[in-house]
Amino acid sequence: MQYSSINNQLSFAQKIRNLDYILMMCILLLGFISSLSMYSTDGGEFLFHTKSHIIKFLIFFPMMIFLSFFNIKFWHLFSYAFYLIILLCLVWASMYGVKASGSQRWINLYFINLQPSELMKVAIIACLAKYYHRIQLNKINSLQGILISCVILILPVMIVISQPDLGTAILIALSGLVVVWLAGLNIKYFIYSFIALLISLPFAIAFLKPYQKIRVLTFIDPDRDPLGAGYQIIQSKIAIGSGGLTGKGFLKGTQSYLEFLPEKHTDFIFTLFAEEHGLIGALFLLLIYIIIIYRVLLIGYISKSYFAKLFCYGYGSAIFFYVVVNMAMVLGLLPIVGSPLPIMSYGGSSMLATMIGFGIVLSAKINHKQLIA
Amino acid sequence: MLGENFSVKKFQIVNRRMFIVGMAKAVIFTGIIIRLFSLQISDSKKYLTLSDKNRLREWRLPPVRGQFLDYFGNIIAGNLKVYQLHVVPEQVENFKYLMLRLKEILNLSDKEFKKIINRRNKQKSWETLVVSENLTWEQFAKINYFLHDLTGAKPVLSISRDYPFDETYTHVLGYVSEASEKDILNNEVIKNNHVPGLKVGKIGLEKSFEDKLIGTNGVQRYEVNAYGKRVNQIDYKEGKHGENIILTIDTEVQKLCTELLKELAGSISVMDIYTGEIIAMHSSPSFNPNLFLFGISNDDWQLIKNDPLKPLVNKTLSGLYSPGSTIKPIVALSALENKIINSNFKVNCTGKIEMYGQTYHCWKKKGHGVVNLRDAIKQSCDTYFYEAARKLGVDRLKKTALKFGLEEKVLKNTFEIEKKGLIPDTEWKKNILGKGWVIGETLITGIGQGYMQTTPLQLCLMTAQLANGGHKIYPKIVVGENDETFEEIKILMQEQFEKNKKTRNSLAEATEEIFSKNKRYETLYENFENIKIVREAMFASTNEIRGTSYSSRIKDSKYQYAGKTGTSQVKRITEEQRALELKTIEIPYNERDHALFIAFGPYKNPRYALSIVIEHGGSGSATAAPIAKKLFKLIIDRHELREKIRIKGQLKRA
Repeated sequence: MQYSSINNQLSFAQKIRNLDYILMMCILLLGFISSLSMYSTDGGEFLFHTKSHIIKFLIFFPMMIFLSFFNIKFWHLFSYAFYLIILLCLVWASMYGVKASGSQRWINLYFINLQPSELMKVAIIACLAKYYHRIQLNKINSLQGILISCVILILPVMIVISQPDLGTAILIALSGLVVVWLAGLNIKYFIYSFIALLISLPFAIAFLKPYQKIRVLTFIDPDRDPLGAGYQIIQSKIAIGSGGLTGKGFLKGTQSYLEFLPEKHTDFIFTLFAEEHGLIGALFLLLIYIIIIYRVLLIGYISKSYFAKLFCYGYGSAIFFYVVVNMAMVLGLLPIVGSPLPIMSYGGSSMLATMIGFGIVLSAKINHKQLIA
Repeated sequence: MLGENFSVKKFQIVNRRMFIVGMAKAVIFTGIIIRLFSLQISDSKKYLTLSDKNRLREWRLPPVRGQFLDYFGNIIAGNLKVYQLHVVPEQVENFKYLMLRLKEILNLSDKEFKKIINRRNKQKSWETLVVSENLTWEQFAKINYFLHDLTGAKPVLSISRDYPFDETYTHVLGYVSEASEKDILNNEVIKNNHVPGLKVGKIGLEKSFEDKLIGTNGVQRYEVNAYGKRVNQIDYKEGKHGENIILTIDTEVQKLCTELLKELAGSISVMDIYTGEIIAMHSSPSFNPNLFLFGISNDDWQLIKNDPLKPLVNKTLSGLYSPGSTIKPIVALSALENKIINSNFKVNCTGKIEMYGQTYHCWKKKGHGVVNLRDAIKQSCDTYFYEAARKLGVDRLKKTALKFGLEEKVLKNTFEIEKKGLIPDTEWKKNILGKGWVIGETLITGIGQGYMQTTPLQLCLMTAQLANGGHKIYPKIVVGENDETFEEIKILMQEQFEKNKKTRNSLAEATEEIFSKNKRYETLYENFENIKIVREAMFASTNEIRGTSYSSRIKDSKYQYAGKTGTSQVKRITEEQRALELKTIEIPYNERDHALFIAFGPYKNPRYALSIVIEHGGSGSATAAPIAKKLFKLIIDRHELREKIRIKGQLKRA
């Protein structure tokens, strides 16, 4: 077997040249748009959320570039450890973490409240990518292969559900599942487990927390309790709908300005954006995400190593899930589950995780010819 | 190599599956975009409306109620500044605590407190809750002192109805009180302008003119945030004040009426015999309408409700009395008009007559001897009128009575409570009582007893229409923009008078064309001479010796008036009682006769008519007529001033 000579270290200049500038421009643009939106949620003043968000972006964006300079081989090497560390953090957070609004999912690191479940969204992709990179094709559908991937997948999901944080758990599960699917797990297993899920759904609902049950019921009929659980969906739809084609104008979104919109700087940031900038703004934002996803997938496509390819495909799909779940939720197409819009939403852990993911993707881009044994 | 093959296959699988996922993504993104289109383009209008509904909220301010003025421009129902305590529940952090503190500070009873809480539960949380409508100065000061502890409580200066003349005008104006659900349902205008705590007319003119008085709400439109906090004022529309309403009543005369009837049950009405303006209209006893403004206390209410003199009944408009001898001028006129008798027709009164086996007594036991019409009216000889009525018959009498406004609401629909009374005839008895008319009933109808029932205001109108020379007039209590002036009325009456004269000279068809087609102020008689005869007899009754109201006469020609007494039996007098000749004071109150008096003056150039009814007051000459004497002086003295105001008003309109 002839391994390529490009296995060598790249020079710094080559690394810089190999960066994906379109992807980076899009991320920068998102950072810029999100800062303006944050400024709007602060009522047109340069207050806490805006400052904090900009500072985080200014730290995490260079960090992403820094991380991309690590060889993809390093990320491959580090993947299991990454997963295990985050898993331990998850357990720690569930047991000793900071409690807020009825759930325990943060670790206080003094300068930031770290939410390990957000990092798990990336870690699980890396971990599974490495796992499938290392096993033979014929092992993928073996009992052992299925069992191990199931354990990798189910462990963090169960912990996150118990925190409780259904939204993040779903996104972790989706991120993992898409990798398993891409790796080539036989489609019948998906069908079996889907049937099993349907059967167990009534039992699962019995285990849901009361507030989660209400959310599901409310999703089915938001008007059943317009001042209570349905309030968020109704107000979000009003805000988006009233934006119209061109929006109410920057800093003129009455729904958010007058505080009818809940969680406007986190989960409902897209609502605010769509209210102020209308359909045109919303489609523009969507386009940026589509370009980002496309670039990530493209990097996966050109990657020579299986790990890099699977990670990029997996991560590109994960971003798709984040965006779709968040938008579908604020558009009233899905029940309300806590799920941030990558980079747009306020939140350090989410941005950190997203940037780490992009860092690995950029590393894959720089080293796309790199093979991994 | 097997491994390499596998490796290539692994890459193929992942790429193929990625392609499938990619397709799925495209589909899902399309779904999101369609949803965005549907919300932001198709349903945009609907959501824009919802968004405005979210952020804009209107506060309706209570309308400023129109005032009532008397003829001279004095405020008789006005708006008084009061201190109130308002709370907007949604702006209060701890509503329960605040209310308990207020209860303590204002010394509210549990009952009052419960009432307020009930009110709170009925209105929206952003609507103002009026905790107290009328704080005393002391309470107001106390609230302000504790204000730091009462976040959300707002002591404000507001306005409330005020009746400065207390009980004087109650039966004319009525009163206002908080609008009930029924009020809101029955009146569209109240519904449209309603705010919590709005006061509306419950009775009287306050109710009749509600639509004009109420005014319109001021509207404050605010942008509010999700917590109901007002962010900024978008719009303010000032409400229109309610219209002021000017009455024809003279407060001075009205006040004197109130005073004259003090401690008595009865009624006085005074009317301008040309313009039909009601100068005074009082029913006694009355009550203080200010008691009703902030909810009357139970004690006060029981006191009013259980008073044996019935202050809640408006005796002027809905009190029905047999007119007694005050009907005699009409009976005489009817007999004259129908040429049953002439002024020389004589009857020998022996104190009683026997007719169809029944004895009919004259009030004077010894009898009046031989009397003609003039003497019969002057001395109120019953025997004469038995005879006249018998010859006239009740049906013809009714026709004349109707012409003069009996059995008809004097003020039409102005007052809900006004009654129309009853003038019986043979047909009525047959239809309603199902029995044939008995001739004896004609006799007692001739002296105003029996089935006949009139209101004091009807008697006043009847007198006025005799006094003005037999012309129909149009009574009113509110000064209207389009009223004919006194001078116009005089001319119209003169026209009608000429028309009547010509018609009698059998020029009927010709006159229709010569004179205006105006039917207003038409003559109520056939022959003017008959009116003159009756008026003169009334003059004699008051101003000639042996007249029934001679002792109440005024000699000064400036004030000299003509009148007719009446005594209306409440209970049939038995033979034994008649023999006893009991004095009024010896009869139980409820069985005493009603005393009546009608009059007009000044005799030489009449302008005002009045009617007085004193319930269970005994005889008209002893109780009712003396009141007229005291009243006429003031009425005439006020005339000049009234004329000045009238002319000023006419100039203004012109």
